[in-house]
Amino acid sequence: MDANSNRRITLLGPQRLAPTLASAVRGSGVAGEVAVVTAGWQEREEELDELREHLGGAVVNLRLYARAEEVFRKDRALARALRQRQERLQRMQELYRLRLSHAMEAARQLLTRRGDPELLTPEREAAVAAIRELDRAHLERVRAVHRDFDASLKPLGRPTLARQRDEIASLLAGCAAFAVAGGHVALLLNRLRLFGIAELVGDKPVFAWSGGAMVLGERLVLFHDDPPQGPGNAEVLESGLGLFTGMLPLPHGRRRLKLDDPLRVGLFARRFGDLACVAMDDGAILRWEGGRWTPTGGDGSRQLLPDGTVSELAA
Amino acid sequence: MSLAIQQLLLASPPGEEAIRQFLAAHRFPLVEGTSTTFVYKGGGDKVRLRHFIYGLPSSRPMKRVDGTDLWYVIEELPPGSRIEYKLEIVHGKDRQWILDPLNPFTARDPFGANSVCQAAGYETPEWALEDAEARPGRLESVEVPTRAFGGKREVVLYLPARMRPSRQLPLLVAHDGLDYVRYASLKTVLDNLVHRLEIPQLLVALTQSPDRLREYAGDRIHARFLTEDLVPWLEKRFPLQGNPAGRCLMGASFGGVASLATAWYHPGFYGRLLLQSGSFAFTDIGESERGPAFKPVVGFVNGFRAAPGKPVEKIFLSCGVYESLIYENRSLVPLLQTTGMEVRFVEARDGHNWENWRDRLREGLSWLFPGPLWMVYE
Repeated sequence: MDANSNRRITLLGPQRLAPTLASAVRGSGVAGEVAVVTAGWQEREEELDELREHLGGAVVNLRLYARAEEVFRKDRALARALRQRQERLQRMQELYRLRLSHAMEAARQLLTRRGDPELLTPEREAAVAAIRELDRAHLERVRAVHRDFDASLKPLGRPTLARQRDEIASLLAGCAAFAVAGGHVALLLNRLRLFGIAELVGDKPVFAWSGGAMVLGERLVLFHDDPPQGPGNAEVLESGLGLFTGMLPLPHGRRRLKLDDPLRVGLFARRFGDLACVAMDDGAILRWEGGRWTPTGGDGSRQLLPDGTVSELAA
Repeated sequence: MSLAIQQLLLASPPGEEAIRQFLAAHRFPLVEGTSTTFVYKGGGDKVRLRHFIYGLPSSRPMKRVDGTDLWYVIEELPPGSRIEYKLEIVHGKDRQWILDPLNPFTARDPFGANSVCQAAGYETPEWALEDAEARPGRLESVEVPTRAFGGKREVVLYLPARMRPSRQLPLLVAHDGLDYVRYASLKTVLDNLVHRLEIPQLLVALTQSPDRLREYAGDRIHARFLTEDLVPWLEKRFPLQGNPAGRCLMGASFGGVASLATAWYHPGFYGRLLLQSGSFAFTDIGESERGPAFKPVVGFVNGFRAAPGKPVEKIFLSCGVYESLIYENRSLVPLLQTTGMEVRFVEARDGHNWENWRDRLREGLSWLFPGPLWMVYE
């Protein structure tokens, strides 16, 4: 049985233009304050007026961005080690990206090539498998960096950080639900991981949107099909918090993905074939309950399929 | 397959009703593959297509269909081309340049407007059009004291939406900045690219010279104004990065010369340049034929070519292949590359005009200042 099967998680599409958080919270029967993480907004972390108004004021800001800055000011050794770790991870990402670009190009060429299917099919499968293996190996190396870091620095045992974490735990204990906004996903994930938030959430209902939804899953995948620079190859960045399984949320799919390009859609879906790849736009609501996913929102959720099509996930 | 005009001409001469139907059935200029038919209906002794494509005769006579007042000329335009033109109507000794009455598309510049022909494959980039979802930045006028020129200079600032004192922004100084806003949609482009996370939030100083042909022609006083007056004044008052990587100069035509010259006179102060259709006239031998306004430009460019140095880290250049300056710009690129600077050069099938410069802004700005689009999902 999945360790997360008892969790109740609601993933939402982007909230700026079509906010659905309040109705999702009400629909889940949550009564009480909602602890929110807006660390992905960085220096705008405290700007919660719109969110408070939307939720009727019942908001507790966990202030992970500011708390982390405070920890870094007081625990210089930890800050330095974190900076070194991030620099190492960035260099690893650059090397992975280099290999990835060639692997993706090979796969695209094979998938568009015409010829004898008997010859082409196994080559195509091998090309996609090679990308998967590249992703897997990269992810494993990144995990190893994090394991080494945790083993040598033991961040949660450091007094400054532990004090902040105790405060967070206390605030969370008084709240009926936990919510994570989007923003800068690497920074958001780092802050959530730094304070060990996954272990503090317990069985509270969880709500997350955009980048917030991305970091709670198994894998954090960066994506954009049409960036102004470069070929737009999606990249595995690292493991997510792992609060749910089986799904890769892709916020702003309409703007970030070429959903009418069967080659890109199909390759994306095959590459991350162990997860349901779901583009989430305004109005999308997906609910994880009892260890399975249910679309409960409007028409904002579309699943990318291996045959290159997309399928609406209607409520 | 014959062109629509050729079909019309099968009836010789075509009747008034057939011409009316022909004009009603199509948009003009009529683009059919790589063939583009320019059409004019009206009186005149002669009618000419006056376009601004360097390399082709700039005046192309239009042919009158016998027995009618319909004129036409067919041009072969490569895919993706965008050209600006006017029609010249000749009555006796009178010559009148007019916008194409059959073409609703025009492009404006400080001298007026031109008709625009968009060949097959050209589309106005959607990131240059207003996007209701993009949070708008605002324009704010400031007066900057200047020791270089004496007195004060008015500069308009573009302040991005959601600017916060806690985040230090890069600074972009745009020569002819208000013209960029008026004719190249610079504010809309900045709003959109910031919204799409393709560039970071930028503070942009939109400068407008009262005497650009002098001040932008490699003038050291103008370079001092930017480097010793404007930039320090802004960095004291706004949350700016205040380092070379966070300082960029941009400009088109003479504005490109001013940008390069300012960086060259103050090496290491600026880190980025965006140069569009720069008027980089030079001579290897003899005198330049470009006229007196270019004389100081030639002096500066010749000096730069003799000892380019490495004034900045990254330079983005663009130029239209239908403008005469393509030669100068192409000549400059290998020289820049020898200095160790990161150089990107982009050509377009377009001319020396503001929409060409607009259409290259996304590529240039996002290369010089990559935004956080891979990391931020709001």
